[in-house]
Amino acid sequence: MSHHTSIERMLELLLKMARIRTFEETIERLNREGRIPGFLHTSIGQEASAVGTCEALTEGDYVTSTHRGHGHCLAKGADLRATMCELYGKAGGQNGGRGGSMHVSDFGVNMLGANAIVGAGLGIAVGAALSSKFRESGNIAVAFFGEGASSNGAFHENLNLASSMGVPVLFVCENNGYAHEAPVQKMLNVPNVADFHTGYGIPGEIVDGNDVLAVLDVMTEVTDVVRSTGRPALVEAKTYRHRGHHGGDSGRHYRPAEEIEAWLAKDPILRLSRRLAEAGVDQGTIDGVLADAQAEIDDAVEFAEAAPLPDPESALLEVYAGDSGE
Amino acid sequence: MIPVSRETTFLEATLEAVREEMARDDRVFAIGEDSGVRGGSFPIFKGIAQEFGDHRLIGTPICEGATTNTALGAAMTGMRPIVGLHFADFMLRAMDEIGDQVARARYTFGGQCDVPMVIRAYDGVVNSAATQHSGAYEAIFAHFPGLKVVMPSTPADAKGLLKTAIRDDNPVIFLEHKRLLRTRGPVPDGEHLTPFGQAAVRRSGADVSIVGYGIMMAQALAAAERLATDGIDAEVIDLRTLVPLDEETVLASVARTGRLVVTHESWRRSGFGAEVAAIVAEKGFADLRAPIMRVAGEDVPVPFSPVLEQRVIPNAEGIVAAAHSACAHG
Ligand SMILES: Cc1ncc(C[n+]2csc(CCOP(=O)(O)OP(=O)(O)O)c2C)c(N)n1
Ligand SMILES: [Mg+2]
Repeated sequence: MSHHTSIERMLELLLKMARIRTFEETIERLNREGRIPGFLHTSIGQEASAVGTCEALTEGDYVTSTHRGHGHCLAKGADLRATMCELYGKAGGQNGGRGGSMHVSDFGVNMLGANAIVGAGLGIAVGAALSSKFRESGNIAVAFFGEGASSNGAFHENLNLASSMGVPVLFVCENNGYAHEAPVQKMLNVPNVADFHTGYGIPGEIVDGNDVLAVLDVMTEVTDVVRSTGRPALVEAKTYRHRGHHGGDSGRHYRPAEEIEAWLAKDPILRLSRRLAEAGVDQGTIDGVLADAQAEIDDAVEFAEAAPLPDPESALLEVYAGDSGE
Repeated sequence: MIPVSRETTFLEATLEAVREEMARDDRVFAIGEDSGVRGGSFPIFKGIAQEFGDHRLIGTPICEGATTNTALGAAMTGMRPIVGLHFADFMLRAMDEIGDQVARARYTFGGQCDVPMVIRAYDGVVNSAATQHSGAYEAIFAHFPGLKVVMPSTPADAKGLLKTAIRDDNPVIFLEHKRLLRTRGPVPDGEHLTPFGQAAVRRSGADVSIVGYGIMMAQALAAAERLATDGIDAEVIDLRTLVPLDEETVLASVARTGRLVVTHESWRRSGFGAEVAAIVAEKGFADLRAPIMRVAGEDVPVPFSPVLEQRVIPNAEGIVAAAHSACAHG
């Protein structure tokens, strides 16, 4: 297990998770204050699966995501200032301010976008994996999705398609127990999303999605298999969102208080901090990492606040190739 | 006798319609995603499970296509489902079911079955919902023979048209603009049904006919007020249902004004405005004194940033400008 992860690596993972946490806590506040438009779905509480998975990837590997995609985007290495600009709807965002929270992306690091249509990312990842196979690039693709998406035809069709074609795609289900207000037990009559792997003839694993070291271990193993066999796999990370479905939802009227409390105690950042302390790292070092994350986010906010809005006329550009306005 | 009316929101008006029709006919049931525990926060079916029982509001997983065909199967066999698909953009996940199956079932099977079902979704631009949550697709649905398409603009019509939709033996696409859901207006007390295929003249005028529906009605009326101060007397017509379409009211109006501005928030190209323009060009050509103008959404996906979003949606100023341009002729 994860005893082989070095302290340095653990501190690096802590920074990556804290970066996402701080980013999302900050944009949540800025959204409430009206500085950031639209509606937000935060992944607060789910950072370990994003970070642990992306840690097992190379820069050339592809990632697709969901409406809850800030964490996946940052974990894949998206530029922080540009991502913050995108949230603000500023010109310097990766999408030029056209996408916002539900479409954060960074094609520069092969992060092919958050996606506001449930299930859409799976097919795009299968296609990126097929393309990698064509081009013999050695890259794999990862599709992050929620357990809610597994009740959609897109999940079943893409697992089967990927298996039948034989392409290197890793399906990562972040099972946070709820699809909006609907509890998973009401929507799926199997105990685990990973159980579907048998139906599609691909390997399936379950991992504690709140333990970044466990996620990293499993993902290191599974991505090796996907890369070497050129075939798909399915991993289910059991996790929980601390917040409601989106900014306007407290998440409290349909989830029992004890359940929320129990999961708060399993906070992935808390757990890794505890592991570090057990390994002899002093609190000052841990606090230093958290402060570093805060400083990075403060810088990104300052940058985005000062950044220019897009030219309204740019709304008409880039509908077709050659329309870049240059 | 003046009918007694109350003020209510558009959303509450549609809930009244659903409740009244469910009470009237126990074949009516609602089905859709995200109903959580006892209907959860599904706004368009709020309280339905509590009032009528869980079997009258079926919460589904995230599977718009399966839900739509399930409703079709139920409709073909004696039930009267109301499908809630949330954002109109998710209707595209059920497009095969709506287009290949629901629209054509009666015809394909030689009229052996009725297809009494309503498919509801909220559409249009609001609050930086961005490219995949801002769509309005009425023109696509109007293109499919077999579907009726309803776009209410007031709480009273929302109620009256929804009740008519639920009683219709054909599939009805019922589209509610997100920015209309919380708007308030009078709704008549008692049984209130609004017939399909009857446009409403919201304002009479002699110089130019402004024809639209849904969210653009408020913009059209605001534009008419501004035009009045410029000495232009605009007539404002709310189509209310696109299929069936009240051609008569539109043609009669253009016969008086000689000028037509058509408006909708959705995309201009191949939008429903093109259909209205074509009908008037075919059947009212002799009445026209100016080119027909369209005021509609720019032909781009709706972007996130407020400055970009505002750039691509039509507004009252656009209608005013189009009316001026039409009135500059003859
Ligand atoms: C095709 C489609 N249907 C419905 C929605 C509305 N919707 C957005 S997120 C969501 C719940 C998704 O649940 P899950 O996949 O578990 O992801 P989570 O929100 O828990 O991260 C729903 C129903 C959508 N965006 N796309
Ligand atoms: Mg979920």
